[in-house]
Amino acid sequence: MASAVTLSPEVRAKYEAVIGLEVHVQLLTETKAFCGCPNRFGAPPNTNVCPVCLGLPGALPVLNKRAVEFATLASLALHCEVRERSIFARKNYFYPDLPKGYQISQYDTPLGENGWIEVLSGEGRKRVGITRLHMEEDAGKSMHEGFADSATRTYVDLNRCGTPLVEIVSEPDLRTPDEAYEYLTRLKEILLYTAVSDCNMEEGSLRCDANVSVRLKGAEEFGTKAEVKNVNSFRFIRAALEYEIERQIELVESGGRVVQETRLWNAGEGRTYSMRSKEQAHDYRYFPEPDLPPLIVTDAWKAEIAARMPELPGARRARMIAEYGITEQDAHTLTASREFADQFEEAARAAKNPRRVANLAQSELTMRLKAAGLELDQSPISMKGVAQAADLAEEGKLSSKQLKQLFDLCFERKEDFGTVYEREKPQQITDSSVIEKMIDEVIAANPAQVEQYRKGKKTVAAFFVGQVMKASKGQANPALLNELVTKKLDA
Amino acid sequence: MTPTKSLTATPPSIASLRQAIAGRATTATAVTEAALARIAEADPAIHAFLSVDATLARAQAAHVDQLAAAGAPLPPLAGVPFGIKDVLTLEGAPATAGSKILEGYHPPYTCTAVKKLADAGAVFLGKLNCDEFAMGSSNENSAYGPVHNPHDPGRVPGGSSGGSAAAVASGMVTATLGTDTGGSIRQPASFCGVVGVLPTYGRVSRYGLIAFASSLDRIGPFAANVRDAATVLGVIAGHDPMDATSSPLPVPDYTADLDKGVRGMKLGVPSEYFADGLDAEVRAAIESGIEKLRAAGAEIVPISLPHTRYAIPTYYVIATAEASSNLARFDGVRYGFRAPKSDTLAAMYRRTRDLGFGAEVKRRILLGTYVLSHGYYDAYYRKAQQVRRLLADDFLAAFRQVDAILTPTAPTPAFRLGEKSDDPVAMYLADIYTVTASLAGICGISVPCGQSRSGLPIGMQILGPHFGEAAVFRVAQAVETQR
Repeated sequence: MASAVTLSPEVRAKYEAVIGLEVHVQLLTETKAFCGCPNRFGAPPNTNVCPVCLGLPGALPVLNKRAVEFATLASLALHCEVRERSIFARKNYFYPDLPKGYQISQYDTPLGENGWIEVLSGEGRKRVGITRLHMEEDAGKSMHEGFADSATRTYVDLNRCGTPLVEIVSEPDLRTPDEAYEYLTRLKEILLYTAVSDCNMEEGSLRCDANVSVRLKGAEEFGTKAEVKNVNSFRFIRAALEYEIERQIELVESGGRVVQETRLWNAGEGRTYSMRSKEQAHDYRYFPEPDLPPLIVTDAWKAEIAARMPELPGARRARMIAEYGITEQDAHTLTASREFADQFEEAARAAKNPRRVANLAQSELTMRLKAAGLELDQSPISMKGVAQAADLAEEGKLSSKQLKQLFDLCFERKEDFGTVYEREKPQQITDSSVIEKMIDEVIAANPAQVEQYRKGKKTVAAFFVGQVMKASKGQANPALLNELVTKKLDA
Repeated sequence: MTPTKSLTATPPSIASLRQAIAGRATTATAVTEAALARIAEADPAIHAFLSVDATLARAQAAHVDQLAAAGAPLPPLAGVPFGIKDVLTLEGAPATAGSKILEGYHPPYTCTAVKKLADAGAVFLGKLNCDEFAMGSSNENSAYGPVHNPHDPGRVPGGSSGGSAAAVASGMVTATLGTDTGGSIRQPASFCGVVGVLPTYGRVSRYGLIAFASSLDRIGPFAANVRDAATVLGVIAGHDPMDATSSPLPVPDYTADLDKGVRGMKLGVPSEYFADGLDAEVRAAIESGIEKLRAAGAEIVPISLPHTRYAIPTYYVIATAEASSNLARFDGVRYGFRAPKSDTLAAMYRRTRDLGFGAEVKRRILLGTYVLSHGYYDAYYRKAQQVRRLLADDFLAAFRQVDAILTPTAPTPAFRLGEKSDDPVAMYLADIYTVTASLAGICGISVPCGQSRSGLPIGMQILGPHFGEAAVFRVAQAVETQR
């Protein structure tokens, strides 16, 4: 087995990887794809089941209309062409968690085709092609571990059987693990915005397999690919791909050949293992599912579904950059989830200066979240709280130092800004005579800077504001202070 | 009819039962007890029933009697004794589909067509014997032993719905449900001298029908006369939200036009169905039946269905392909038979399916797996689908000319037990006149039309266009009246 750590950077640099991702996404419909059972995660084993999803003899599938609408919405969001007529097919294979002995899927006529999404790569913006998006049903779950008798038995939970899925297959357009990560991030973001899935990798509602090959840089032909299964965590996607790329490079470098096979990523050991070779590959014997008539998505229905399309993250970022004057990076942070972006925009629009809200969220809030290892949706400070702080700063009722202290307190006590502000109500010096006295002292102590100012370097005023603010322990009313400093210096 | 061993009998008709029960001349309970007695008397020699549930039957009868006693309106099949082919589910009752692999399996839900019968007041005497998973033309492929033809117990009743046909022909029940994939209702109806209906694909929900070939399987009634068959179809037909292939078309009253006769109707006779291989006695009986229809005022039109000769291979590609997938679920993991003492999952699968399925079922699974395999799909499955379209087009063209088509149901009368069981191709040819309508999705019926010199029944097949059941019943009624 190749070891991925011995590869020298020079050798690594000679090669380029070609990566395509196959992503399975569970749809957030109320009921399953082909029966009326609840589509819910976490119920006791084998309780969300009926004759249809158990595949009992004689039971028949009936397609869930909502699942079609979700899949169509996802197709449109990924710029896919949506087929007016698509056909379900049976994919035949034996496994204990596949009670019918076949999976209902789509084969040569997928619902969506020829789409793309835009990613940011090392070379800038890049379109990654989406070959197809097709509908299918999930299988059950085989549980090989966690029971007292797991050494001799495997348990099967069929709750997941019949959960509606879409499989989204990318073109082999990705060249680095970072690009693959970015693609997955953007894909997840789009799916979250359309609300067709919760994309929860831990619960298995977003699962990823990767097709990986390597070739010498500049080569036109693709190398032989291996399929890496089970790359089911954002944390491991880069590691799994890098391992597989280096394994293949090492193989080629040592005179070997990559064989077409299916490999399994083992996160615990940080490596991939051969699962089955091409010769052992299944013959799925696809044929049209005779129990389901062709799926027809008319133009009228498609238009109705398209009308429900929310503003997608790319468009939203462009608008927010224009509207709030924030950077692209800020926009990415603020649009990480639709809920968060909605909260932000609602708060920002109600605030006196939306740009200040954006800046505050992006700088002070994000910095603290990062330090605390929290995600945006775990933030103690709500967007409303950020907006309130922005307004106070805007009105000059809060110095930036005071604001920072209050934010710190919020994180310390896990309380929202409003609560902390009401309790702490930082002292502010609004008495002009007190401030003037402090300004006089600073002016007296810094004759050189006064000289500069009077020679026309007006920006030096900020130095005096800073010094006085420091002397007041951040309590001087900033607006008043500004006004008085200018007055004194100009006097 | 002179039965050789008095195993045949004509059951009471639906209309007569209704009248007698509603008029308090008899009770559903008395009718049910009579049926149970007839089963006890005749079935040991026939073996039509795989299971009899007297408790359920008596409870259903008692319910009808309560309604009658209260003077309440009676549902259309109140107190009518029924038998159900064992490929259809009835909650709590066994459903073996004639296979060892489903031994001991009790489905937790009821087939839509069966439920409609129950709601219409039918009394279920039990589940009926059939070829394993409805695969066969003689009922000799049942894992639980063959059914004997009531007209001659040394002969087969036809298949796969042999039990359904024999139960009516022996007077054990008034009507039964069977299933027809390539002829499995029409051919046994012909062999047993009863009426068997192939409804248009989509007319009757398949929900609860243990699938053999999903694009071909249909549920239909057997009865002793055309009117009863039409009445039962009216009850079980209609759209079912549980079957995406069931039709939303409204269900007409199939008995309304029964007695209108055939005067002015155009009836097609396809030359391809009267060629080599047709038994002389069968030919004579059908031609005589056709002449009677002409005498009754029908215009007899010679027609051609040119792709007929491709029907058998086409059928055996499509039906086996679908079967290989439909029968994958019988793996011993969740229900039914599991071979004991297997060391690995793969061994358990192999042994369960090897021991659980009979030879004919395994033969078809292998055929179907082969035609769907990588590299063979285009040559077999795709080609067969194309030919299927041509066969359907033959009928579409014919029905632009004629109202219904008349053919023999089967090339011969009932053959002897064991006569063809070692020759699968000879057995497959028993369906030569029936698989075409199966592939085309159209409707049809087999109605008794004379006998052989030895007293064996001969059936005429009447085929109608999609959802043309009313016309088919009308012609069948004319045949029945003139026999």
